[in-house]
Amino acid sequence: MSVPVRKFDAVIVGAGGAGLRAALQLSEAGLKTAVLSKVFPTRSHTVAAQGGVSASLGNSEPDHWHWHMYDTVKGSDWLGDQDAIEFMCREAPNVVVELEHFGMPFDRNADGTIYQRPFGGHMSNFGEKPVRRACAAADRTGHAMLHALYQRNVRANTQFFVEWMALDLVRDADGNVQGVVAMEMETSEIYVFQAKATLFATGGAGRIFASSTNAFINTGDGLGMAARAGIPLEDMEFWQFHPTGVAGAGVLITEGVRGEGGILRNSSGERFMERYAPNAKDLASRDVVSRAMVTEINEGRGCGPNKDHVLLDITHLDPEVIKSKLPGIREISIKFAGVDPIKAPIPVVPTCHYQMGGIPTNYRGEVVVDGNVVSGFYAAGEVACASVHGANRLGTNSLLDLLVFGKSSGNSMIDFIKTAPKDLPELAQADVERSVARVEALNTRAGGVEVNDARSAMQATMQKHCGVFRFKDMLADGVAKILEVEKLVQNMVIGDKSKTFNTARLEALEVENLIEVAKATMISANARTESRGAHVRDDAADTPQNPNGRDDENWLKHTLWYRAGNQLGYKPVTMKPLSVETIALKTRSY
Amino acid sequence: MDEVELKRIVWRSRRGLLELDLQLERFVAEDLPQLTEPELVLYRELLQYPDNDLLDYLNGRSECPNPRLWPIIARIRAAQR
Repeated sequence: MSVPVRKFDAVIVGAGGAGLRAALQLSEAGLKTAVLSKVFPTRSHTVAAQGGVSASLGNSEPDHWHWHMYDTVKGSDWLGDQDAIEFMCREAPNVVVELEHFGMPFDRNADGTIYQRPFGGHMSNFGEKPVRRACAAADRTGHAMLHALYQRNVRANTQFFVEWMALDLVRDADGNVQGVVAMEMETSEIYVFQAKATLFATGGAGRIFASSTNAFINTGDGLGMAARAGIPLEDMEFWQFHPTGVAGAGVLITEGVRGEGGILRNSSGERFMERYAPNAKDLASRDVVSRAMVTEINEGRGCGPNKDHVLLDITHLDPEVIKSKLPGIREISIKFAGVDPIKAPIPVVPTCHYQMGGIPTNYRGEVVVDGNVVSGFYAAGEVACASVHGANRLGTNSLLDLLVFGKSSGNSMIDFIKTAPKDLPELAQADVERSVARVEALNTRAGGVEVNDARSAMQATMQKHCGVFRFKDMLADGVAKILEVEKLVQNMVIGDKSKTFNTARLEALEVENLIEVAKATMISANARTESRGAHVRDDAADTPQNPNGRDDENWLKHTLWYRAGNQLGYKPVTMKPLSVETIALKTRSY
Repeated sequence: MDEVELKRIVWRSRRGLLELDLQLERFVAEDLPQLTEPELVLYRELLQYPDNDLLDYLNGRSECPNPRLWPIIARIRAAQR
């Protein structure tokens, strides 16, 4: 067997915001840089980010990076690493202004400065009152960012390999990363992309859940590759959810629907929020609503043939109000639920949209395992865990994460490449062979589990056992179940064995990545017996000693899941920032 | 259109936005096999638009500047009902 090799200074997997920002840094430094992407770069999932990117520019009112840092630490429920958070918040104004100079069409004030708007959780003067910190380009911030960065990369001669899927990481006998094995979709030919430095910027893996706002491409490819290569995944129990996505589709129904009088009902038509929040009822906060919905479903009062969702009812509203005030919602409901909400209620379920955990890195984007930097390996963006989002991400900090850590990992790679020997070392073959064998197994297996069935089993298991609100027994069962699902994944079969754009095989390879993330999530969540940020457990309740169920004495630490034997390890949270004093532990309340 | 090109079109119906994935997935499964050659060419052209623009056309929030693509847009929209 001989797999052809292409050689570069740097190879980047993923062409969303983080990958493009890093690539720009490398290409502008004159390094030969390859970027691999499953889809055309400007169709990466970054395009879905609407809200904006936060930076304490102070264009509309006084602001300071230290206040931004405070908000981010608090938002993270103190699980974020304070060195990385200080770095990100201090760098924010620089990377945003830089992006402006790259041609990003930010909304502007009358005086020409970047317009800034308030966003949940961003406050002035250490949590005192909301501050205008989010910079946006209408409701297309992510889209505009991708375009600005892509154009700039073309100018800098970044080499794009579009419609290529990376399959596996290549490490030598000492664990140094040498590049990736990748497949060209059009021909199914497999190549090694060998490089002095390799960056994963592959985004999140929200598709592990049955209900997710993530695009179909968000299959955690970087996480799967890292896990198979022996790299642990950090804090994978932390996922952000929105209470109301269309069941079976994941498209969000804005909270404005409940504001206009929408009512949540269970299978017997009961307005169940009256029991959980007698005063606020359907207008209770996100976590209270999510928790109530999940409790109804778990106790058998869910709707539909699988009793796996509840109903959002607006049939009692004046059809004219629905048409005038909620036109988008009617369209979404008809399109994605097949229901006209004027006539029938909308099936909804808590829906996953962001992954806080990922490949463990420091704020320089270097991958760190057991206290040591993995030579030649970097990660940035949603796939990485620096960790700036800790147990819960603040809105607009995700686009900031892409820019800051895309750039910093690019800089780290430049430094590393400059000191590396001029010629690439001999390529280690063991990982290459394993990767080729993995594809070959799919090509040759006759009889087994359909890819769609394996994926659906995984998604249903994650949604039911490890969703927005978690129960001790359900998690324990979930661990056993997801390991059963893994056996289905290992036995997947594809009907189409052809060579050209074989989407069946691509999807099977994606599911092989997703299952690693699913296991990491379930096993990490089962072990963490507290509630913190987005990880909320029924058996870790609000007590005077552990407000909100958070148990700092035992759980102020990062989880590390190792694929081998599904082992868990832990490492301390970095409480010491780079230059300022530690932001001390406090109960998180707004 | 040869088989490779058809399969390329299927893959390019995967987008950065979930709302597009869901709509195009259904269209590809149900309608693509029935499209004539000229219609396939139009669909391929439509896929060139940025995700946000494409979503606006499919939601009727804005009008595609190329009237030749209106019939295929109407057809994708009809596939949802």
